[in-house]
Amino acid sequence: MVHHLAPHVKIVATVVFAVAVAVAPPTAPWAFVGLAVLMGVALVASRLPPAFVATRVLVVVPFVVFGLLVPFVSSGHDMAWGPVTWSSVGARTGLAIAVRSVLGVTASIVLAGTTELPRLLGGLDRLRVPPTITAIASFMLRYLEVVAAEFGRMRAAMTARGHDPRWLWQVRPLATASGALFVRSYERGERVHLAMQSRGFTGTMPRLHDDAATPGMWALAGAWAAAAVAVVVVALVVAA
Amino acid sequence: MHAPDGFLTAGTAVATGVVSVTGIGVALRRTRDALADRAIPLAGLTGAFVFAGQMFNFPIAAGTTGHLLGGALAAVLLGPWLGALVVSVVVVVQALLFADGGLTALGYNVLNMALVTAFGGWAVFRLARRFLPATRVGISTAAGIAGFASVVLSAMAFSLEWLFGASAPVPFDRVFTAMVGVHGLIGIGEGVITGLVVAAVLASRPDLVTGADGMEVQDSSRASIGRFVVGAAVVTLLVAGGVSQFAGSDPDGLETVAQEQGFATQAQDHALGSSLFADYATAGVADERVSLALAGFTGVAVTLAVASGVALAGRRRFS
Repeated sequence: MVHHLAPHVKIVATVVFAVAVAVAPPTAPWAFVGLAVLMGVALVASRLPPAFVATRVLVVVPFVVFGLLVPFVSSGHDMAWGPVTWSSVGARTGLAIAVRSVLGVTASIVLAGTTELPRLLGGLDRLRVPPTITAIASFMLRYLEVVAAEFGRMRAAMTARGHDPRWLWQVRPLATASGALFVRSYERGERVHLAMQSRGFTGTMPRLHDDAATPGMWALAGAWAAAAVAVVVVALVVAA
Repeated sequence: MHAPDGFLTAGTAVATGVVSVTGIGVALRRTRDALADRAIPLAGLTGAFVFAGQMFNFPIAAGTTGHLLGGALAAVLLGPWLGALVVSVVVVVQALLFADGGLTALGYNVLNMALVTAFGGWAVFRLARRFLPATRVGISTAAGIAGFASVVLSAMAFSLEWLFGASAPVPFDRVFTAMVGVHGLIGIGEGVITGLVVAAVLASRPDLVTGADGMEVQDSSRASIGRFVVGAAVVTLLVAGGVSQFAGSDPDGLETVAQEQGFATQAQDHALGSSLFADYATAGVADERVSLALAGFTGVAVTLAVASGVALAGRRRFS
């Protein structure tokens, strides 16, 4: 269901949800429960494999750890359990940091996981992001695999010749290879540009997908995002 | 460094968002001519290079690895405007397509990881080039110093944003010491790799290195890593200690940056000297004063470095 939504609709809904997550007050834990339920609904509707989502959520682990450390490093320790003291304000805000990181990244994963990259960029175009930015981003993504694979081959060749760096001062061959990779990427860019110009490239890419949004799509995604906003508005009013 | 949603307050996110959008907008304008006739695919490919550089791990110590941030490297290779633009696009793409960093955190993530590293790195690079010979070793060393400084400046910028927009009551000086301390160490790796990459590009295509204007053609002697490290150490000492001495009465912008860089080095010593959990119970008046002074100096350092980078970029008409 989520896969079929127009990309720009999904981008707007995800950004609204992320804003709601970012401003939800730590003093109202139930607001986070409500947002988590909404996220759960979107996850189920997206039918993304749980393992796919779980491995990608791991990028926020450092920030979750930081959030869990906050009660102990923040000022004003007013709670104690045996020799361990912590701050209750810190515990609340720290937990909020941890939960926000997970909810925010999950929303982004659903967006990225249900939308093909060129369509996502097309959605940004529709949202009036400067075409230079989306054009650079699209070339970047198109050639990321090529450049990364080229570096992988250089690295494999070095390993085959016995290069197995373990310390920073052994990094020179890798860095030199990176320099060569930059030169190759640059020269490839020049060749691609000339090839495209000879085929009539004017500086903007033609739109390949007609991802027009229907009122139904806006209604569906809008209802979901509006629910998140409603939860947070109520929480802010109650907390105030 | 890819901060998630809600890591700083909404006000900070909006304020840094305005700064970042403005920065990208100006960079777009400055690079319009260059991109128009040649280079959207070129910018995309170099963006893919920076992106790939962030994906691959380099060895640091005993098998542990780190990866490149690439802001200073991009600025030295492509010039500050195009460099800032390309790294900004990398950060935005990472948030939107790879769920790396929050969407509402894009304001401060772009500011810290793209604009501060590119322009701050550029300012330090130009400053370092004043004191180094215009040879391959000299330029690579300057790039290495810029790589190191860009990471530290980025951590300082983040600490400052924490001061104004903390989402939890962790004091500024604690965040500052932890962030700048850790990133001081990360910065060493960034600096060494940045310098070596620039040296490698200079060896084969010096015309592709925007920051290498006026390079003297060298004899064929290869730059050794030992000479590089010695050169980097000497210059770091010079910048940290020496320059701040004769920048006394009437310092111009760049010399003041050096002074603040000197201060930054001292701040790291402090960071390494005290633990994260040290004396939290005695956060008295004296601590607050230190904290305030630290915040003031950090603000001046980051602002000056970035502003000098922008000013230098404008004056020298690099695209």
